[in-house]
Amino acid sequence: MTPADAQLILFTLSAAAMAVLVSFPIGVAVAWALARKRWAGKALVETLLTLPLVMPPVATGLILLKLFGRRGPLGGWLHQTFGFEIIFTPKAVVLALAVMSFPLLVRCLRTAFEEIPRDLEEAAATLGKTPRQVFFRVSLPLARRGIAAGIILAFARALGEFGATVMVAGLIPGVTETLPLAIYRSFQTGDDSRAWMLAGVSAGVAFAAVAISGWFARGKRLL
Amino acid sequence: MKIRVHSWFVLISLLTAFAHAGEVRIAAAASLSEAITEIGAAYRTSHPETKITPVFAGSNVLARQVESGAPIDIFFSADEKTMDGLVKSERIAKEDVVPVLSNALVVVVRQDSTLSLQSAEDLTKLQRLSIGDPAAVPAGVYAKAWLTGRDLWEKIQPITVGAENVRGALAAVETGNADAAIVYRTDAAVSQKVKISFTVPAAEAPAIVYPVALCREAPNAAEAKPFVEFLRGDQAADIFRKRGFTVILPATAKP
Repeated sequence: MTPADAQLILFTLSAAAMAVLVSFPIGVAVAWALARKRWAGKALVETLLTLPLVMPPVATGLILLKLFGRRGPLGGWLHQTFGFEIIFTPKAVVLALAVMSFPLLVRCLRTAFEEIPRDLEEAAATLGKTPRQVFFRVSLPLARRGIAAGIILAFARALGEFGATVMVAGLIPGVTETLPLAIYRSFQTGDDSRAWMLAGVSAGVAFAAVAISGWFARGKRLL
Repeated sequence: MKIRVHSWFVLISLLTAFAHAGEVRIAAAASLSEAITEIGAAYRTSHPETKITPVFAGSNVLARQVESGAPIDIFFSADEKTMDGLVKSERIAKEDVVPVLSNALVVVVRQDSTLSLQSAEDLTKLQRLSIGDPAAVPAGVYAKAWLTGRDLWEKIQPITVGAENVRGALAAVETGNADAAIVYRTDAAVSQKVKISFTVPAAEAPAIVYPVALCREAPNAAEAKPFVEFLRGDQAADIFRKRGFTVILPATAKP
């Protein structure tokens, strides 16, 4: 493995971590609202949230490309107001990974919240805790395993993301290239041994992620 | 159960066999998209029994497909290096390879761009320059060779964005996500949204050669051969020239 490959793996891991980190607070809020609240338009939001999970990732990438391009409605504004460039930069990679892994994160978090026994929350409330305290001291700790499993699954999903990333990242080795893109590109440039090596690394990371999330889900006392 | 799986298999093989009869598949460089489509249609009028099905992508991508055993009859590459790769891996016989076309590199900007670019040095002022992936896509390899020859590659490389084929590089300028792109003269001609800033002088750039060849494992060699001949004929040459290509005349032909 060359230093460039090591850097590539590191970049992919950190981009995926960043994507999950950015989407986590929003994910918690949305999952909580879906699990516990009744509101107008809930079904619509649920459906919209599932879209990136079932739509062709390239289609999602296309939407992001148009939206955040220099001349896109959001990208144009960011470019003019803050001089922000999104498309073809590492920011675009994090954005694509976040959007693509978000539905999975929300699904896991929602299930985790739904499985909390309501009577424990109610008991805490009758003992004088504010809703805020109940959430942070009772609900969140009780849901921790499901939350951890969700984070890891979302992270693993982000690591493997290809379709949306390839649309917004461009082929810039060392700048925006993630593991899946590098595997594809190595193959297209005829470097099969590198493609296999990187595929092996991806398989290893994915295996570890799924194993760990399974652990959490089965309730082993790691947390 | 076993029988059922077997009969499905037979059915599918039959279907694919029928689908391929009378069909010639040509894998051609992305830059040839319009020209080959037009030539394929022209061929159909004189040979109604043969349907030309083109597959367009970066030459390197197509070469990998041919190498992996894709059912392709003819390969039309945008550079000799990619073609040589297939000769080496014995997918194409060396004596079948014929250079057919040449092209030129140009620097394009968006139609509404105010950038004034006149030479390779001017490219260093850009924020972002899109090219074909310089590691493999012919247009990118040519572009890199040109800039390396001008001693500017190291300086320009950090602002380049690679694309999967030359049309991807063009699209990045069309959408405004890159300031300029290095593409072929013929690509600039098919886009309404870009204008040519300057043409790379032939003396500075590597020679651009498009070779064509019949694949060794062509599923339909009998019908593909006459089409390869057609590609080198007068009618095809007119279409290529109309699209901005330079036609390389067969060495043996006497004017």
